[in-house]
Amino acid sequence: MKKYTYTEKKDTRSGFGAGLQQLGQTNPNVVALCADLIGSLKMDAFKAENPDRFFQVGIAEANMIGIAAGLTIGGKIPFTGTFANFSTGRVYDQIRQSVAYSGKNVKICASHAGLTLGEDGATHQILEDIGLMKMLPHMCVINPCDYNQTKAATIAIADYEGPVYLRFGRPTVPNFTPADQKFEIGKAVMLNEGTDVTIIATGHLVWKAIEAGEKLAEQGISAEIINIHTIKPFDNEAILKSIAKTKCVVTAEEHQMNGGLGDSVAQLLSRHTPTPQEFVAVDDSFGESGTPDELMTKYKLDTIDIIHAAHKVIKRK
Amino acid sequence: MADIQTLQKLSTQVRRDIVRMVHAVSSGHPGGSLGCTDFLVALYNGVMNHHPKNFTMDGIGEDLFFLSNGHISPVYYSVLARCGYFPVEELKTFRRLNTRLQGHPTTHDHLPGVRIASGSLGQGMSVAIGAALAKKLNKDNSIIYSLHGDGELQEGQIWEAAIYAAANKVDHYIATIDYNGRQIDGDVENVLSLGNLKAKFEAFGWQVVETEKGNDMTSVIEGLAKAKTFIGKGKPIVNIMKTEMGAGVDFMMGTHKWHGSAPNDEQLAKALGQLEETLGDY
Repeated sequence: MKKYTYTEKKDTRSGFGAGLQQLGQTNPNVVALCADLIGSLKMDAFKAENPDRFFQVGIAEANMIGIAAGLTIGGKIPFTGTFANFSTGRVYDQIRQSVAYSGKNVKICASHAGLTLGEDGATHQILEDIGLMKMLPHMCVINPCDYNQTKAATIAIADYEGPVYLRFGRPTVPNFTPADQKFEIGKAVMLNEGTDVTIIATGHLVWKAIEAGEKLAEQGISAEIINIHTIKPFDNEAILKSIAKTKCVVTAEEHQMNGGLGDSVAQLLSRHTPTPQEFVAVDDSFGESGTPDELMTKYKLDTIDIIHAAHKVIKRK
Repeated sequence: MADIQTLQKLSTQVRRDIVRMVHAVSSGHPGGSLGCTDFLVALYNGVMNHHPKNFTMDGIGEDLFFLSNGHISPVYYSVLARCGYFPVEELKTFRRLNTRLQGHPTTHDHLPGVRIASGSLGQGMSVAIGAALAKKLNKDNSIIYSLHGDGELQEGQIWEAAIYAAANKVDHYIATIDYNGRQIDGDVENVLSLGNLKAKFEAFGWQVVETEKGNDMTSVIEGLAKAKTFIGKGKPIVNIMKTEMGAGVDFMMGTHKWHGSAPNDEQLAKALGQLEETLGDY
């Protein structure tokens, strides 16, 4: 098992803030909008440095999405910022009609996704957003795993023509990807080559997949670990190549089982090469209040759950 | 600006197009289309500065129009075609398979003249505001126009947008309300009353202009001219324009029944009998 280390834990939302700040300095067409969550989304620096290109829209997310769509008419590249719940479910029809169907170059940037939002509870812990967004035709869906990758993704999507959903979160997680690693939209990142089982993880579950891989290695199991930061467009080739070798797969995500990464993998495999698959995901449930760690344990999204799933799926081969 | 008579002739032809288009596919929304004909004819033939032969999505240096109540697509398509955005004969493809003239307008099929999809109501004011902000960033002094149904104002997003535009002094923007008092289920007053619409917009910080006769070309042009005098004065502008749903076809007026129904053969003949062919049918 390849050794991964990190010097500090950082929140992915700060990676977004840093990426946006850099874009403010390098791309004059980038504009940003926020619905009363500047601090939470780490948009302060962009706002301070580019007051004319920053739009505070207040607690009015539907209006924010519409304004963002309008700003593209005239060549601007709008980045909207609010919590994942208010970035997707609350404004689904606005995104569907004014952004996706209209083919507008809007970047919907969503923080506090999933259970790790923590104590605020289920009203804010959206676990359906990847599904909602990936169902929209031509919507690009990205869920990076750490600070560096989120910063790189933020910068990369400015050069991608078309609507993008960028999902990140609140808790601090190990920042292990190289700061200079190029972010390639739609390209899976191979973290460890293995032969017994493929673990495909996204977002906060990527580090847990690495931890699981280390434990499995101690038990004599060789796990191939893939960081799939882009849920759509999906890197079919990388997944099929890995499955051809390992013949079984575990998917891991901080999202509902319905509609998430696991669904995308299952759909791909059922069409090309039906393969035993286990899902580490929330099983048709809302979240609740608690610390992020407590919630990840209770809802079975932890390192140990990936290990259990790996054992189970290997037996099904 | 073309003279009033020329514009009136164009309006009559556009009305013929509308009833023929919806009749041909037995679907579509003639009522609101007929009611907004005079407004759109005036807007696209003298009021707006725009380049039909050289359509670009960004529309730099041009005035832009956004149709928020997308269901009145028949009038929109006819006016766009008849001022040169695309061939008039394409109107015969309205609502048919593989057409660029979808039931509700869309950018999806790259129809020149259309810059946003609309149909799901309440979204166009936000989009228009966004386009106005882009104009400002581009140091482009052009004007943004939008059109909304009165029933559409029941959508909450409209009022989010209204608060934003006033608070941020989006003052190179004129929103027009098609104030015909009717919606699918009946009179707006009975479905969900808007109360005092003028007072509402004023309370939201908008400059209100009223066009009393939205189906009289002179009145429509005067209303828009008056609205333009408030450009750059620190407030968004709303033009509350009274119209008659179904205007120009007697049996379609005075009722909400033609909001989303198409005429049959006999009704079409009757309607066309009231609308002289002035510029040639498509």
